[in-house]
Amino acid sequence: MSGLAMPKPDADTIRRRAEIVADMRIIVPGEGVVDTVNEMRVFESDGLTAYRQLPLVVVLPETVAQVSRILKYCNERNVRVVPRGSGTSLSGGALPLEDAVLLVMSRFNRILEIDYPNRTVVAQPGVTNLGITNAVEGEGFYYAPDPSSQIACSIGGNVAENSGGVHCLKYGLTANNVLGIEMVLMNGDVVRLGGKHLDSEGYDLLGVMTGSEGLLGVVTEVTVRILKKPETARALLIGFPSSEQAGQCVADIIGAGIIPGGMEMMDGPAIRAAEDFVHAGYPLECEALLIVELDGPGVEVDHLIGRVEAIGNRNGATTCRISQSEQERLTFWAGRKAAFPAVGRISPDYYCMDGTIPRKELPKVLHGMRELSEKYGLGVANVFHAGDGNLHPLILYDANIPGELDKAEQFGADILRLCVRVGGVLTGEHGVGVEKRDLMPEMFNQIDLDQQMRVKCAFDPNHLLNPGKVFPQLRRCAELGRMHIHGGKLPFPDIPRF
Amino acid sequence: MTTFTPTASEEVQSAVQWALAEDAPLEIVGHGSKRAIGHPVQAAHTLDLSGLTGVTLYEPEELVLSAKAGTPLAEIEAMLAARGQQFAFEPMDYGPLLGQPAGRGTIGGVLAANLSGPRRLKAGAARDHILGISAVSGRGEAFKSGGRVVKNVTGYDLSKGMAGSWGTLAVLTDVTFKVLPAAETETTLAIRGLYDEDAAAAMALAMGCSAEVSSAAHLPENLSSTVADGALAGESATLLRIEGFGPSVAYRIEHLKQLLRNAGRLDEIAENMSRAIWRDIRDCMPFADGTERPVWRISMAPADTHRMVLALRMEMAADAFYDWQGGLVWLRLETDPEADLVRQLVRKFGGGHATLVRANQAWRAALPVFQPQPGPLAALSARLKNEFDPKGILNPGRMAPVERSASVLTSGLTLSASESEGIS
Ligand SMILES: Cc1cc2nc3c(=O)[nH]c(=O)nc-3n(C[C@H](O)[C@H](O)[C@H](O)COP(=O)(O)OP(=O)(O)OC[C@H]3O[C@@H](n4cnc5c(N)ncnc54)[C@H](O)[C@@H]3O)c2cc1C
Repeated sequence: MSGLAMPKPDADTIRRRAEIVADMRIIVPGEGVVDTVNEMRVFESDGLTAYRQLPLVVVLPETVAQVSRILKYCNERNVRVVPRGSGTSLSGGALPLEDAVLLVMSRFNRILEIDYPNRTVVAQPGVTNLGITNAVEGEGFYYAPDPSSQIACSIGGNVAENSGGVHCLKYGLTANNVLGIEMVLMNGDVVRLGGKHLDSEGYDLLGVMTGSEGLLGVVTEVTVRILKKPETARALLIGFPSSEQAGQCVADIIGAGIIPGGMEMMDGPAIRAAEDFVHAGYPLECEALLIVELDGPGVEVDHLIGRVEAIGNRNGATTCRISQSEQERLTFWAGRKAAFPAVGRISPDYYCMDGTIPRKELPKVLHGMRELSEKYGLGVANVFHAGDGNLHPLILYDANIPGELDKAEQFGADILRLCVRVGGVLTGEHGVGVEKRDLMPEMFNQIDLDQQMRVKCAFDPNHLLNPGKVFPQLRRCAELGRMHIHGGKLPFPDIPRF
Repeated sequence: MTTFTPTASEEVQSAVQWALAEDAPLEIVGHGSKRAIGHPVQAAHTLDLSGLTGVTLYEPEELVLSAKAGTPLAEIEAMLAARGQQFAFEPMDYGPLLGQPAGRGTIGGVLAANLSGPRRLKAGAARDHILGISAVSGRGEAFKSGGRVVKNVTGYDLSKGMAGSWGTLAVLTDVTFKVLPAAETETTLAIRGLYDEDAAAAMALAMGCSAEVSSAAHLPENLSSTVADGALAGESATLLRIEGFGPSVAYRIEHLKQLLRNAGRLDEIAENMSRAIWRDIRDCMPFADGTERPVWRISMAPADTHRMVLALRMEMAADAFYDWQGGLVWLRLETDPEADLVRQLVRKFGGGHATLVRANQAWRAALPVFQPQPGPLAALSARLKNEFDPKGILNPGRMAPVERSASVLTSGLTLSASESEGIS
């Protein structure tokens, strides 16, 4: 573990391990408690595989009452808990702790209700993202947010990470598609936020929970809205000699009032790696490739394809292909969808970053990345949710060469600093987790971070749920809660007034 | 009794710090256009943000706009319209309903009240478009959250946390919103003469098809004359709005007409009239009658809303219309808001929440204006309020009466303890 400081394991908890395991078996009878090293191995890391840690014990509850009892038990005995869905997090959000119960939600795998008249689905949190679409596609519906990990990742994990996908430009992120949740707080309280109706009453705690990375509560049920499948979808594959031109093309498409269903960009190295791997017919001489997908009624799609093509040509496109069949559309996407494994073929290891920038800064950021690439002596390939400025630089390295992982991590951190410097953010969809935790001060000062931690204090004042993630430094809630009111009275402020 | 009128964020912070040191609660207002919503605030002093104005960033190609919290919404909307853009969530204007002039309201108020409109289900509410904020908490601390980009999961989304908080957690000083291209054109299809139940069935059919209906509403016969200067008078009107590029709108209207050919008489309503109708539905014009008769804004899943209204009518006279894609039923009663009955029926027909958005001051002081929450949730909300505004100096009592907020905190905690006891 390259220098990542995690909260000091609580010796008392580790000493009481046998007792805690036995108590967990009482709460979750049967196969739901896993405590041998061999069996726990599969849970020792998530999608950020550079970090590994065996948990204290793995518990797989099946009912909300069990979740509530586990959390209440742990809260009363000061035992830490790490929630986990499918373990595909790319930021180490589900990384176990030596002294923490790993609460795995995968047995919550049932769809509870499909309501077509209201176009909603109620699912348990362990249902996969794709599982929801599969359940309703027979009637021509789908669930819009589509992370590339959708076969595996859980809807509960999606809520915890506010996950996105290529269709989020037009249809919104998880936060815009979830209507309600049921969750259990660390003290065992079961709370419902929202439902099939819109906007929760009172404070928007649903908005706060979405993207809270398992630090505020354990999600035990999710209500999402589903959409009717668009009549048709067609894609354009547009190649440019430079990323500046591709970037301007994206700006012009949006400037023309067109919001495509998806708009993805790849840079030269990513184009070539993908083409080598899947032979999608990508133009190898291009330095930037756009995939623009338009969906909706046929007439609309045809109308817009013409306009997008014209915008591409005006920006100096050297190739422009328009999908003529569903088969061809899928081929256009095949390279993009396989970009990660494709890069995996040209390098022993790669490290996936996730910054977001204002789109217009793309040329500057790509240029900066090339300089950093030279400085660190490591290659980088870029795939990019072009419509919303979300970059996925893939840093190429070899973990078997001593020091390369560290170098890759420093390179990654420098890229994220660059993103913040141009007005962007550290993470667009993969979360802070442990990975970007220590970079939080690049974006937020201590007062900003204190406000976030105060939210944490309202939900979990003892910092027992998923500690060591997101916040670079834990501050006691009692200390945060203290008021620093000026000793005497303040002078009447010098502010305009009636 | 002082009214502070800061023109810079630092002045907002000094005012809050002063109030904190003096233990002197503040009422936070923008234009005051929504002041009559919620419990009457118990505060001696006022923090008036209407002087904290100015659009600080607008980049149409990046789809982003930042402004000081007191900037008039009307000014921003005009600026967006000049570039063919808009807030896709169509923030409603409460002015006419509350006996105030139309066209007032600040951008900070848009977020604090989490405004939305008849495109809600498709396009979201203010909460879905806010990208970043700066604010001063009830502790007098100036902080920021979020940023200016659409995709951002860096830390908790405190910007969303401000949505619908009615100025009780922090005073917003700056907001950054996502903006979107306005639709090229729109057409509304009206089915005439349907009763509520058939209208609901037609709506479910239309919204479940691929025509991408962006708004759906039903005005019963007695209210159909109240929008767009009486253009729909005579019969009930079930309204379906289609927006987008010209050829697409024409095609989708045809599709809907085919689908609904047996539903009743179909009228096509062209662009300008369509816009006027949806603006009036957005602003609840059917109940903008210059009175203080109680009006409920009820958020429910659409399919069973008419059954809830029918059940209510078994008990009393009530006027109702449905803004389904806004996720709403609007209700107007005679004198007594009948809070318990209304909320009991909402629960019975699938759940949701009911806000008493209009009532005279006496009713608003006596009744829970916002939907009361179950014990554990109320306790959680109270803890959050306590973290951000421990001395209760920001809009005290607005979301819950002053006397109650303390008891909610304690009773909520005891209740939650005993409930979780029950589970274990
Ligand atoms: C190949 C690959 C491609 C990916 N592509 C994308 C992409 O396109 N877009 C994108 O946004 N992400 C992507 N991801 C990241 C990842 O899939 C998402 O973050 C996903 O939402 C994680 O879901 P999970 O069920 O695997 O959660 P986990 O990895 O198990 O957990 C993630 C976080 O959520 C918490 N959590 C999980 N379940 C719950 C629960 N029920 N209650 C409370 N907290 C919980 C955990 O504590 C942890 O902090 C990708 C990952 C991989 C490996």
